[in-house]
Amino acid sequence: MSSSELLVQARSLQRDFVVRRRAGRLRRTRHVVSAVAGVDLDIHAGEAVGYIGANGAGKSTTIKMLTGILVPTAGTVRTCGLDPVRERRNLARQVGVVFGQRSGLWWDLPLVESFRVLAALHRLPSHTWAPRFDELVERLELTSFLATPVRQLSLGQRMRGEVAAALLHRPRLLVLDEPTVGLDVLSKERLRAFLREERAERATTLLLTTHDMGDIQRLCERVLVVDHGAIAYDGTLPGLVARVGAERVLVVDLAEPVAPLGGITHTQLVGVEGGGLRQRLSFSPDLTTAAQVLAAVSQRADVRDLAVEEPDVEEVVRRLYAASGR
Amino acid sequence: MRPLPALAVAGFRRWSAYRMATVAGALTNSVFGLLRAAITVAAVGAAGGVIAGYSAREVATYSWLTQALMTVMVLGIWDELAVRVRTGDIAVDLARPVDLQLSWLAADLGRAAFVLLPRGLPPLAVGALTTGLALAPSAWSYLLGALSVLLGVVISFAIRFAVNLSAFWLMDVRGALTLHMVVSGVLSGFIVPVAWFPPWLGTLASATPFPSMLQTPVDVLSGRVTGAAAAQVVALQALWAVATLGVGRLVLARATRRLVVQGG
Repeated sequence: MSSSELLVQARSLQRDFVVRRRAGRLRRTRHVVSAVAGVDLDIHAGEAVGYIGANGAGKSTTIKMLTGILVPTAGTVRTCGLDPVRERRNLARQVGVVFGQRSGLWWDLPLVESFRVLAALHRLPSHTWAPRFDELVERLELTSFLATPVRQLSLGQRMRGEVAAALLHRPRLLVLDEPTVGLDVLSKERLRAFLREERAERATTLLLTTHDMGDIQRLCERVLVVDHGAIAYDGTLPGLVARVGAERVLVVDLAEPVAPLGGITHTQLVGVEGGGLRQRLSFSPDLTTAAQVLAAVSQRADVRDLAVEEPDVEEVVRRLYAASGR
Repeated sequence: MRPLPALAVAGFRRWSAYRMATVAGALTNSVFGLLRAAITVAAVGAAGGVIAGYSAREVATYSWLTQALMTVMVLGIWDELAVRVRTGDIAVDLARPVDLQLSWLAADLGRAAFVLLPRGLPPLAVGALTTGLALAPSAWSYLLGALSVLLGVVISFAIRFAVNLSAFWLMDVRGALTLHMVVSGVLSGFIVPVAWFPPWLGTLASATPFPSMLQTPVDVLSGRVTGAAAAQVVALQALWAVATLGVGRLVLARATRRLVVQGG
């Protein structure tokens, strides 16, 4: 990766906000809060980076500085080789952004109109945008609601529209700020599958913030954990899990009640329900695999159903923060 | 299509999506026009037939034209941009490859183009049927009048844009918006013609862009100013349009430098 082009390069990036609080009837006190405090970040072309952290950790603030929407208090940042604030409009031609909580579509107009306007804003001639539009409509399954005003779309439909809108101009860098928040399991999975295809085909660089570990697992090779405005972890997801010791849990439903399944190598029995009908075994993915644990369980009981529970983002982040003594 | 025309078309279509609101608005404009025409005509009658050059028929025409243009020039409260700043949705606008002020201007011209006929014609039709209208006699006045209305919209937009940007500094912009509504309502000549102002208020008004926003288009369309004088007041409008847009750009530059996009 290090040989490919640097799409994002941030050095000692910092953003302070001044918060005024009432202190008495007329007096106000000023507090300076650093939302981002010295972030160094390199993202190479073709990478898929998940950016996670607690609420208020500085994720969105960082994204806004990378896209030129927010001016850094200190430090430097270059995105796609440009100074984001000075060259914001040029940068916008190379970057697609979806703010999960906001809409980039024209609220009162049928969905299809937003694409026409966006094509014009990006100065795309119709022979370049029309095939791209058809492709996005097909792969994100937008056909049935293209004529529906955006305000009448369901959240899942709208989010597919938002992602298509951000990709219409074939950006090199796609930035997704909490793209799956509020979506049901099926909609999330559909969106992730699309993004995987899109990346496989076009090698679009992806930067996403999320609270959903599933997004990271399915989409990102690299995870950044931000804490109090600084990067607390930069590496792979398995590496993160190994570092904080987050364990996976195999939940087995058995055909009939069985005595507690203790003593299986590299596992710990963490729960027995229904008199032994459902049992939970935690294990570290470094030491064993779900398949090995299942094989061991199958020797002692008849397994009817199973599930593997992953540690969630909040839990991983909490453990990482705890480990670093915050 | 090019970016700005596309945004103007989207602005037009957005407004055309709400037909019932347009019908209700046109009805309201017409009913208030009846009231305003009755009051101003009565005032002119009580004053002996003419006030500051306005006869009964002329002041009725002034009432109908201002009613017809009040929606085009947005004499009520417009807070769309301020709301986007407050909620942080402005981030979406800033992530686009277009100039923020010009893209909002384009959308606003699209809006004005849509409301011009459905909100403008009904009051004028009611006026023609009830009090009668004293309109300009020459085609030239209407051509210049169209340009004057366009420049009026640009001035109106430029001022609203700058006032809305105060949301970058103020937690609550309602005060600023209300103040703007009251000041622009009076100084633009919407409440009474600028010629009726006491001298001190007339002087004050002429130092602001507000008369150029509404009084000038009404004067040109009704033929109160014609010929070279009309060309002159329209040229003044053009100057005010450039000046108000310029001020808006300065405010925008300051706002984006201190830009705090609120909320997540």
